Amino acid sequence: MRVQKCKGTRDLSPDEMARFRIIEEVFRERCLRWGYQEVRTPTIEYLHLFTSAGTLTPSMLGKVYSFLDWDGWSGERVVLRPDGTIPVARLYIDAMAGKGLARLFYVTNTFIFEETGKKTRERWQCGTELIGVNTPASDAELIVLALEILNKLKLKNVTLRLSHAGLIKALLERLDLSPEEQERVFDRILDGDARALAGMRIDKAELDSILLPLLNLKGHSSGFLKNLRAISARSLPEFEPYLNNFIDVVSILENLGIKYQIDIASGAGFEYYTGIIFQLYSGREKIGGGGRYDNLIPAMGGGDVPASGFALYIDRLMNLVEPEIWKKPVPPSVLVRSEADAEMKEAFDAASLLRDAGYTVAFDLGSGEPTDTRWLLEIRGKKPKYVLRDKFEPRAIEAETINEVMAVIEEKSGHQDSPAERAPS
Amino acid sequence: MDIKIALPKGRLLSKTASLLQIAGWGMDGYHEGARLYHLKSSTYPNLSAKMFHERDIPIQVAIGNYDLGICGRDWVEELLAKYPNSSVIKVADLGYGTGSLYMVSGLADADMNALRRRAERGTVRVASEYANLAESSALKERLSRFSIFPVWGGAEAYPPEDADLALISVSADAEMLSMGMVPVARVLDFSTYLIANQNSWGVKDLNKMIASICEGCGRLPADKERQEETGTRREMTWLSRREKDGLIRLALPDGHQQAPMLQLLEKAGIKIEDYPSATGNRRPDIGIEGVAVKVIRPQDMPLQVANGNFDLAITGRDWLADHLYQFPSSPVQELLDLKSGKVRVVAVVSQEMPVADVADLRKFIGGMTVPFRVASEYVNIADRYARDNHFGRYRVIPTWGATEAFLPDDADLLIENTETGRTIARHNLKIVDTLFESTACIIGSTRIKTDSVKAEKAKSIVEALRTAVEGR
Repeated sequence: MRVQKCKGTRDLSPDEMARFRIIEEVFRERCLRWGYQEVRTPTIEYLHLFTSAGTLTPSMLGKVYSFLDWDGWSGERVVLRPDGTIPVARLYIDAMAGKGLARLFYVTNTFIFEETGKKTRERWQCGTELIGVNTPASDAELIVLALEILNKLKLKNVTLRLSHAGLIKALLERLDLSPEEQERVFDRILDGDARALAGMRIDKAELDSILLPLLNLKGHSSGFLKNLRAISARSLPEFEPYLNNFIDVVSILENLGIKYQIDIASGAGFEYYTGIIFQLYSGREKIGGGGRYDNLIPAMGGGDVPASGFALYIDRLMNLVEPEIWKKPVPPSVLVRSEADAEMKEAFDAASLLRDAGYTVAFDLGSGEPTDTRWLLEIRGKKPKYVLRDKFEPRAIEAETINEVMAVIEEKSGHQDSPAERAPS
Repeated sequence: MDIKIALPKGRLLSKTASLLQIAGWGMDGYHEGARLYHLKSSTYPNLSAKMFHERDIPIQVAIGNYDLGICGRDWVEELLAKYPNSSVIKVADLGYGTGSLYMVSGLADADMNALRRRAERGTVRVASEYANLAESSALKERLSRFSIFPVWGGAEAYPPEDADLALISVSADAEMLSMGMVPVARVLDFSTYLIANQNSWGVKDLNKMIASICEGCGRLPADKERQEETGTRREMTWLSRREKDGLIRLALPDGHQQAPMLQLLEKAGIKIEDYPSATGNRRPDIGIEGVAVKVIRPQDMPLQVANGNFDLAITGRDWLADHLYQFPSSPVQELLDLKSGKVRVVAVVSQEMPVADVADLRKFIGGMTVPFRVASEYVNIADRYARDNHFGRYRVIPTWGATEAFLPDDADLLIENTETGRTIARHNLKIVDTLFESTACIIGSTRIKTDSVKAEKAKSIVEALRTAVEGR
């Protein structure tokens, strides 16, 4: 029977891992520089962590991997982590409650069942959570950090789209919908259905004729929001605090010269969002998103702690990063061959010295496989102790010490196009 | 082109048999007394049928073993609740066998909002034969913390003491009241459906069968009008939390094990009233002070003892083993072998399969290019058996009875219990291995030790039964 990987899963080849790691490295490096600390949460969590209202939408809950644990006779289920934020909020409540501000980041996989098996069921993301503060500046911090990471990854055509969960909810409350319907429309918007609002019909004339079309418009400045505030001030005073908050955040972004698009109707994200929602695109591909979720930690019993965060989708970024980013120059690599088993110790010692000096060193295991390594170092039991062969020169070089060997390699590896300089393709 | 249909055993059998007769299918072997599960149509030479437990039918149709099936829509929705993209099409509503699924509670003032609030503080427990629908309903109702007890039957016995809710099927609303239950949410109204496999529907010509059934069901005598009468709720005395202190909770089996159980209790000098009950009473009075009895399925007992709902239960060692394979650290243990109801749990294959023992079987599986299929009611025993014997790539197909019907087309091996082996032989099957012998036994939880009063009382009951068993 043919062996095969599980439906809906993917392997990462050496090339793909190189892309993965560079994204992870840039992300980690930037986060650490911004004062964030790395955390890791378990792959398995209790299902109930994700089921209360205001956590995951029912459509997402229908796709979580849930099962009875070995001691699950109480009937309570556990899940493979379907989301990155909720476990970090749980960790904060478990271990950091009462300690005030926390800047946390993580690199993790999440699991969501996708029935056709055509899309991957295990997804990787890197994310940050800024817990314990709810100022507009903290929202701006996350947006700027996310953009900075994408910039370091040299991603092209990055656009930022903004919406506001508070505003969407306030609007839904004004529509003549039952609480259940409100929740359903909100969930549809969060699940990425941008037309959920456009299709709404409202009896109140002013809403129908003016506000809804405006909300479906896209804006590019705080002026857009101020205009909205002006027309809604009389008839929809409850919009004001959300609009003010929204304006405060975009004003900071404007100050920093950051371009964005306001698109209130496309607020894709999570049911736990309460304030600003931001989505990051490269061209038409969504590569990340985040938002403010002030009610999540209170709903989980962690006290009145506001928070916001974002996640970048590693699987998608991997297809977008250019080779110049992930194909890093590698140091000269050397293949070491010993003529007889008696020279094994010599060979291991020589390889170890070369590695310490920064070379990549592999042993010739006698399988005779072709290699594109430029340098071949033969270890001999007699004089000369080392014979170094350069793929580009017919004449072998003899040496008595490893220092001599290294001197030759260094001298000759100067030119950029030597195979030793080229990353494996 | 051959066409296969899966037909229901049980509650839908007689109505479905009359329908097929009206439709002129010539499916003569399909009747209440049927002893063989494989059937042929004398009208359509390319049509064959097999009888299944109703619950297995949507699954068998969805995986493509059968082109058509007849079963209640409740079981179709139970499959779709977990696997919404299953390849099963609802072709026609046949109108009979109607009923509803309700979330019910044992408490008169129960409502979903109160339960939602409860789920914020603790766990809401739901017992049901429809585990997938119970889970999707709980998610839809946004119960934040819940646990599902998938039960083999008698879900209505659980609330309010042993579950907060039960998702049950009733054919008339009055049934709920006679069980002493209060509806909290109506989950689904259902009737019998003709269903088809999506692929078969696309490539096979099924029109004669479908047309004759649709035409025939118009000529079926109508079901009685659905009775919506309210009636009065049966007054039940539930156990309160207070009474639970020091009270021994004993689970006794329903079904055919009731008669031997009654004999044993008599022999031990223990009086019990209304067991077996003609009115479906699941709470008979037992003549021992401080002991409360509930009647539930033996299959469900180990789990219920593990989670502390019952202190003692009388079940079979087969079901205890199945539970312990699933939950190796479970606190449930056997306290006394009752030495009755002896069966062997065996591995069974078709007479045609050229194997005589497990070693042959392993060799046979090694040569297969598709996964080996093991069908069983004992999912965990079957899984463990396949794993321990290095069956390689295999699948366990859970069944709900009539497992013999699965061989040889729909499974390769059965893990089954047998008393005499006669049923197995009659279905042209053979035993290739005996896993273990199973008899009735008393089970209990190791956790009872923490309550010395209860531990003492439980011990005296076990000892009374031990004397009765040994005096046999």
